[in-house]
Amino acid sequence: MANPSSVKSSRVDPGGTPPPLGHLASHAAGPSGGQLVALVLSWVGVSLPLAWGVLETLRKTMALFQ
Amino acid sequence: MSSLLSKEHIVARPGFNRWLIPPCALATHLCIGQAYAISVFNLPLTQQLGITKSLPEDWKLTELGWIFTIAIFFLGASAAVFGKWVQASGPRLSGLVSALCWGAGFLIGSVGIQLHNLWLVYFGYGVLGGCGLGIGYITPVSTLIAWFPDRRAMATGMAIMGFGGGALVASPLSVLLMKQFASPTSTGVAQTWLVLGLVYLLVMSAGAFGYRVPAPGWKPEGWVPSPVKAGALMAKYDVTPGRAITTRQFWCLWVVLCFNVTAGIGVLGQASAMIQEVFKGTINAGAAAGFVGLLSLFNMGGRFIWASLSDKIGRKATYACFFLLGPALYALVPLSGQIGSVVLFVGCFCVILTMYGGGFATIPAYLADVFGTKYVGAVHGRLLTAWSVAGILGPVLVNYLREFQIQSGIPKYQAYNVTMYIMAGLLVIAFFANLAVKPVSEQLTEREPQAGGRPVTA
Repeated sequence: MANPSSVKSSRVDPGGTPPPLGHLASHAAGPSGGQLVALVLSWVGVSLPLAWGVLETLRKTMALFQ
Repeated sequence: MSSLLSKEHIVARPGFNRWLIPPCALATHLCIGQAYAISVFNLPLTQQLGITKSLPEDWKLTELGWIFTIAIFFLGASAAVFGKWVQASGPRLSGLVSALCWGAGFLIGSVGIQLHNLWLVYFGYGVLGGCGLGIGYITPVSTLIAWFPDRRAMATGMAIMGFGGGALVASPLSVLLMKQFASPTSTGVAQTWLVLGLVYLLVMSAGAFGYRVPAPGWKPEGWVPSPVKAGALMAKYDVTPGRAITTRQFWCLWVVLCFNVTAGIGVLGQASAMIQEVFKGTINAGAAAGFVGLLSLFNMGGRFIWASLSDKIGRKATYACFFLLGPALYALVPLSGQIGSVVLFVGCFCVILTMYGGGFATIPAYLADVFGTKYVGAVHGRLLTAWSVAGILGPVLVNYLREFQIQSGIPKYQAYNVTMYIMAGLLVIAFFANLAVKPVSEQLTEREPQAGGRPVTA
């Protein structure tokens, strides 16, 4: 079965025409600009509070070694 | 509105990047992970009326302890009861419901604190919040497994690592907020719960709307499932939740999870008191708080590390590591107390806590391997009743046995020794339960190939 969400695979119907090369090329290059921004923002959004929590915990942990 | 929230509405378009999904799961789990930091409110809540000291009418610690116990009970119960619904309705709707329950739990709890009505707090945080915990916990599991069939456990490990991390965020945040809102007439707890409820509602709702499900038949680009030998622990077909709970394999895994959690959760709850009593005069309250923080870090790290490792060495082997290492480490703890070695004591518990977290993070992938991926969310929900039981068994074993030992004349610094040996024994039982997990008979399956399943060779 065709893989609709895959970057490189494309559905080529028998007798149909393949997607334009430009379409494939932009996907083959990686995530689109919008997705890249979403990726960065979402990962930064969850990592920042987690990093802050880890740092605060490490600070408390130092008391164990003093 | 209902269409906007439906599973059919959130099928990913071609080109969707699957790495957008883990942050949604992390957003949920970082919020509900606050549950492990609830104890930061204990002391202020015992002084809610007296502000700087406890009045006779103030709540006692024993009464406040029930808030967490009720929440964990409803976590397991709601995951079991609503697991099928979560699986069927999709992550956007279930994520939103979880956000509403968790946020509303805080808001109602805040009112309860303000009115000094403990039953309202039990209902708000315990019942409603507990349901938010259970539904939120299992919401991302099947979605992550669908998007990452090539690295099931790493993906779910990332989300469940967020649950461990949630306490690391909530603890200092709660202290900060209470300091901000405290006044001569208020401990600041009610206001803190109000703010936390609103923040968690917002963050979890944002995560819920970020979820997408893969289109039917989707596979990661270039991934070819490696053939699985017949008889290997990898389900060829799916098992319905109703059938799953009738199998020996389900109950073996239930014992595995229950005893692994029991062994860790009692320690987590008493870590500060334990290290101060075993090393009296050497470890003060500040250092003990540092020990608790260290355990939280190792708990969180273990979720990701052990789960990712299980993608390489297999689930059964991973749990076998837990149940071979664990008893040895628990048995070493009394020795560390006898010889006065803080390093050995701390080291043992840090490794134990990685396996506590790793057990949680790896179990969804283990269930997917044994019962298939189609109903893994619902089956996982039913298995989480093991957590509810462990949430009571663990603290009871640690606390009551300690009391019994002290009343029998055992010095405080030795009062945990018997408990450590009992925990080691529980993990030995879990070792054999894990060993007994075999492939499910095909007669119990749906006889249709798994979505994203692997071809089986003879």
